[in-house]
Amino acid sequence: MTVELANTCETQDQDALIAQSPLSIRGLTVSYGEKPAVFSVDMTVKPGQMTAIIGPNGAGKSTMLKAALGIVPPVSGRVQVFGRALDEQRARIAYVPQRASVDWDFPTRVIDVVLMGLYRELGLLGRIKASHRAKAMDCLDRVGMGDFAERQIGQLSGGQQQRVFLARALAQGADLYLLDEPFAGVDAATEKAIISVLKSLREAGKTVVVVHHDLATVTEYFDNVFLINTRRVAEGTVAEAFTEATLQVAYGGRLATTQVDQLARA
Amino acid sequence: MMNGEEFVPLSLTPMLIGIFAAIACALPGNFLLLRRQALIGDAISHVVLPGIVVAFLISGAITAWPMMLGAAGAAVVAVMLIEAIRRLGKIEPGAAMGVVFTTMFAGGVLLLEQTDTSTVHLDVEHALYGNLESLIWLDAVGWSSLLDPEALRHLPVELPRMALTLVGVCLFIALFWRALKISTFDEGFARTMGIRTNALGLGLVITAAVAAVAAFDAVGSIIVIAMFICPPAAARMMTNRLEGQIAWSVGFAMVSAVLGYVLAGYGPLWMGGSDAVSAAGMIATVSGVILAISAKFGPCRSRAGAPAGI
Repeated sequence: MTVELANTCETQDQDALIAQSPLSIRGLTVSYGEKPAVFSVDMTVKPGQMTAIIGPNGAGKSTMLKAALGIVPPVSGRVQVFGRALDEQRARIAYVPQRASVDWDFPTRVIDVVLMGLYRELGLLGRIKASHRAKAMDCLDRVGMGDFAERQIGQLSGGQQQRVFLARALAQGADLYLLDEPFAGVDAATEKAIISVLKSLREAGKTVVVVHHDLATVTEYFDNVFLINTRRVAEGTVAEAFTEATLQVAYGGRLATTQVDQLARA
Repeated sequence: MMNGEEFVPLSLTPMLIGIFAAIACALPGNFLLLRRQALIGDAISHVVLPGIVVAFLISGAITAWPMMLGAAGAAVVAVMLIEAIRRLGKIEPGAAMGVVFTTMFAGGVLLLEQTDTSTVHLDVEHALYGNLESLIWLDAVGWSSLLDPEALRHLPVELPRMALTLVGVCLFIALFWRALKISTFDEGFARTMGIRTNALGLGLVITAAVAAVAAFDAVGSIIVIAMFICPPAAARMMTNRLEGQIAWSVGFAMVSAVLGYVLAGYGPLWMGGSDAVSAAGMIATVSGVILAISAKFGPCRSRAGAPAGI
């Protein structure tokens, strides 16, 4: 099982793996206060597959993702995207933050939010042309939100807002899609729409990583899982790493975490 | 109404300065409001006091440039202190601003009392209301003076300074419009696309500080505080698009400046009084009334269909 890999030194095989990996994380530690939220985590995302990041509340799932993307500063760690530094590869990454992380009263329309996904293409001052609008509309159609383009974003339901976020990520035209809790608090129709879009991305050879909270759907939706509870618990295919034993370690009482921290500080 | 012979020398320049100051503050105010940093205008207009006092102590004279440099320096120090306290203390920006601006303002008052500056014209009234009415253009004889280079040379210095500030503010917002919009709406997403949100946020606050200091020098802090908040807040309730909000806020700022200036000059006469009231105070009041009206009748004052709590 891949759990063992955590402590082995980097071999040549691993270097090759990192070079191919859409997202590889080594020794990532993030801290908001004295207690680390993410401690010395390694992750190697497999290309062209769907990976779920799973763990209990407060386990550092979102924090790990944000640190990997440079949204929050890590204490230490190294992140590579397709074998190169993050800053060189930003155009190949699309990110869907948690829906609750933004103010939906912001004065803007659905289509404008999707057009934000074209920022790297448009640049600071590039004019939005008809082709850009058509692209944004196409992304909205893919998530079933084409009829809502002119609406103010505050007038949407939670599920609709989540689909708009996904459409914005689609507009980024990336190779690696990172989504933070896209299924949290959405209706069944939205969940179906989102998963079908994600699966179509995988079919097109894209890599999808999702912070996920619903253990019941893991086997159905994903190829791989990454279990985290501050530290990495397990990583591998669903069959390998999503087992009773690994879940027991990740979710089995907070005592384990505290002990780990005490050991880490000693 | 006055004819050109009276209007141009006596009212044109204060009105224009008022309009420029109002717009220069309202423009960055739109973004500060949406970022929940609207109090920064209040903070800046308080923290410039110690800067002005220190500038006076160093230069020994009440002239514009040392004052403005001192004020700008104090504003930058305050912005950095606010950021430092917000990050180190992990508290919300409003609380950090509250701590910084009360402390620095108090420090300014102490400095003022403990040094010889209290004998010179650095009084509270001047700081609050400014001296908009005194910014007249005595060399003008009518509209024709606008084309007379000799008369133009004697324009109150505040007018070109405020106009230049407004141009700077407009340039900053036009240049960084798209990045400002994205990072104000969704900072995390903006960062993943390589937008340097910290630098941009600092740039916005410094732009606001420059506008505030220039306006503070010309028209006093009451207008500054009001214009950062009232026109943008009223504008938000008129439209659901950021472009529209900016346009409405500029309109409201202009209406406040013009109507406020006219009402201050003539309102008391119309009501049977004899004296004019402070133009700065009246401009701020008009902007407050506009905000109240749009809060009651604005078409976009409530969220239409969003579920509660989300």
